[in-house]
Amino acid sequence: MKLNDIVIQTTTKFVLFIILAFSIFIFFNGHHHPGGGFIGGLMTSAAITLLLLAFDFETVKRILPIDFKILTASGMLIATLTGMGGLVFGGPFLSHTFGYVHLPFFGEVELATALLFDLGVYFVVVGSALTIIEMIGGDQ
Amino acid sequence: MTNYVIWTLLIPLLAGIIMLFIPQRVILQRTISIIASIILLINTVLLVFQIQTEGIQKMELGGWAPPFGIILVGDMLSGLLVLTTALVIIPILIYSFSSIGVEREKKYYYSIFFFLVTGVLGAFLTGDLFNMFVFFEVFLLSSYVLIVHGSTQKQLRESFKYVLINILSSALFVIGVAYLYAVIGTLNMAHLGERIASLTEPAPILTVIALMFLIIFGLKGAIFPLYFWLPASYTAPPTAIGALFGALLTKVGIYAIFRTYSIIFVHDPAYTHTVLGVLAALTMIFGVIGAVAHKDVTKILVYNVIVAVGFVLFGVSTMTEAGYQGAIYYVIHDMIIKAALFLLIGALVTVGGTKYLKQMGGIIKYHPALGWLFLVAVFALVGIPPLSGFIGKVLLIQGGTTVGDYWIVFLMMVASLLVLYSMIRIFLQGFYGKSVLSSKEEHGTTKGLLFPISLLIALSVLLGIGAEFLYPFVQTATEVLLQPELYINAVLKE
Amino acid sequence: MEILMSVIAGILFMVGTYLILSKNMIRIVLGTNFISHGAHILILTMAGLKTGAPPLLGLEATNYTDPLPQALILTAIVISFGVTAFFLVLGYRTYKVTGTDNTDGLRGPDSYD
Repeated sequence: MKLNDIVIQTTTKFVLFIILAFSIFIFFNGHHHPGGGFIGGLMTSAAITLLLLAFDFETVKRILPIDFKILTASGMLIATLTGMGGLVFGGPFLSHTFGYVHLPFFGEVELATALLFDLGVYFVVVGSALTIIEMIGGDQ
Repeated sequence: MTNYVIWTLLIPLLAGIIMLFIPQRVILQRTISIIASIILLINTVLLVFQIQTEGIQKMELGGWAPPFGIILVGDMLSGLLVLTTALVIIPILIYSFSSIGVEREKKYYYSIFFFLVTGVLGAFLTGDLFNMFVFFEVFLLSSYVLIVHGSTQKQLRESFKYVLINILSSALFVIGVAYLYAVIGTLNMAHLGERIASLTEPAPILTVIALMFLIIFGLKGAIFPLYFWLPASYTAPPTAIGALFGALLTKVGIYAIFRTYSIIFVHDPAYTHTVLGVLAALTMIFGVIGAVAHKDVTKILVYNVIVAVGFVLFGVSTMTEAGYQGAIYYVIHDMIIKAALFLLIGALVTVGGTKYLKQMGGIIKYHPALGWLFLVAVFALVGIPPLSGFIGKVLLIQGGTTVGDYWIVFLMMVASLLVLYSMIRIFLQGFYGKSVLSSKEEHGTTKGLLFPISLLIALSVLLGIGAEFLYPFVQTATEVLLQPELYINAVLKE
Repeated sequence: MEILMSVIAGILFMVGTYLILSKNMIRIVLGTNFISHGAHILILTMAGLKTGAPPLLGLEATNYTDPLPQALILTAIVISFGVTAFFLVLGYRTYKVTGTDNTDGLRGPDSYD
């Protein structure tokens, strides 16, 4: 059965970037406010799932040539290594630090090592959610 | 000073993550996994000696002091179990190399293996009840993957039930944590122990919660009447995975009961520990009935896992020095010997091509080493001196008679005899007897399988002979169990 | 409010138990999900509902709500998310291999040994 999916395809092209931008905002918002790697990652994977719904697997694979299993593994590696950073500096595992950096265009920004850990979480969530969707949806 | 507690978790975790990147490079994965397990072993040996010389080790995660943050605590009980885990996984890994098959190895077998080990070690080392739930989930999720790994029809069928049972018990765990948090207001185990010990009036709700935790951990540790899922699940996956489960997973449940019933729920031992003792006795009886009744060699072995759970829990329920020491000796012995027996039975089934006793016979004619190793393993399991089961059982009996649980001691001896009967039946019919197959008709080889088995048997013999050497460590572990203040002070006050 | 939440948790457990007792795999998966959510609501209720300001830096309040149960629930939700996903894929694979999503149909010659 071939559905006429012009509406969803056109909408996706607009909405996708809004969702992705918002997910990145949520991801960076996570240190002091609601948000973080988990929810940002889920939102990103929702965006990519929307892409999968509108187009087919081959197209999405061409746009995003990423192996999601490798993405999951690198996320885990980043999170673990960030935790071990504390050990390197003589503190306990998972201890974090933060500092204020002056960036051009953004002004004074607080950067925390917890962000790196959250980046790992983000990768793991995106990778595993999309691996699951690929696994269920891929063989139909 | 290096903190070996955290490295015990990081080594298997990192090994698992690294191997996620290289699923196709089988030889490289094997090399990494064996190197990682050897480093882990060295690390845990150092940990045990550090605990012995410097007292309880701890690691405050993220620098948050207890009771606010999550803490990892390495006391001697955890240390000994961690060391035994590290010892047992090496032979199982070597056995996997030649038996698990390249197809499975390419599907992240070693990664999941190490994630499971991380979860088990974490559950042994954590000092926080909710963190224990998290580590339980880590090894449970890995065990879900391993039990269905390769997805044969039988595995799919059994794993669906296994996953369902464990999801329910996890939900119960969360509920138990919720109740405990509502009543006591903390989840740090040392802090829980301190607050419960300082209660002035009796709190019946705590007894309810204690029994609820007994159900939760009992589902994992397969005590009566919650062992029903175990026989089918543990026989479904390949031998190496079955050995890993039989050696480690039920022991985590036992350890959790051990820990919670010696440090946290000590407010009403007359009730809770009696229930534990009765359940331990029933576990022995029903386990041994299953072992005697079955004609399938894998099932016989799996029911013997359940009997051992009963023995250890009986030691816990006595709350005496000898009982605790016996339980610790026995749990260490059981981890080693159950892994050995799973591997032996796996080799037997591989060679004989069947798991039914009636269809096999005379294997010893062409595989003398396998047969005699099996006999030694059986003797060690039953506890014939000087093999490893002996000292544990003697201490358990001593502990039982101290508190006057004569009938359970009697049941234990009967159960031991029946265990001997059930296992020696495999030897007489499967190995001895008349040959069914000629050497050419055999269904597989024992190539590469004998070395890991002999490693485990050697360990078991060493544990029996070197019991004297191990004694000071067991004594340190028992001291902490008998005087929870030692644990509480080490975690909260220093 | 606590009573209402307890009742909701009870209803969730009830629905979950009913679904798990059915024979359809997808219903069982959904049932486990209901039970986990019942457990999460129970944590939230048992630890006491909102008693003060949200425990965030920068808020000037005398009384703060206990943040620990929420952290526990978040962890438990993430775990149950992963487990449910796995369980769903497992049920799907079982359906693919055995050709049935009825748990009665899972019985094979092996299960009688």
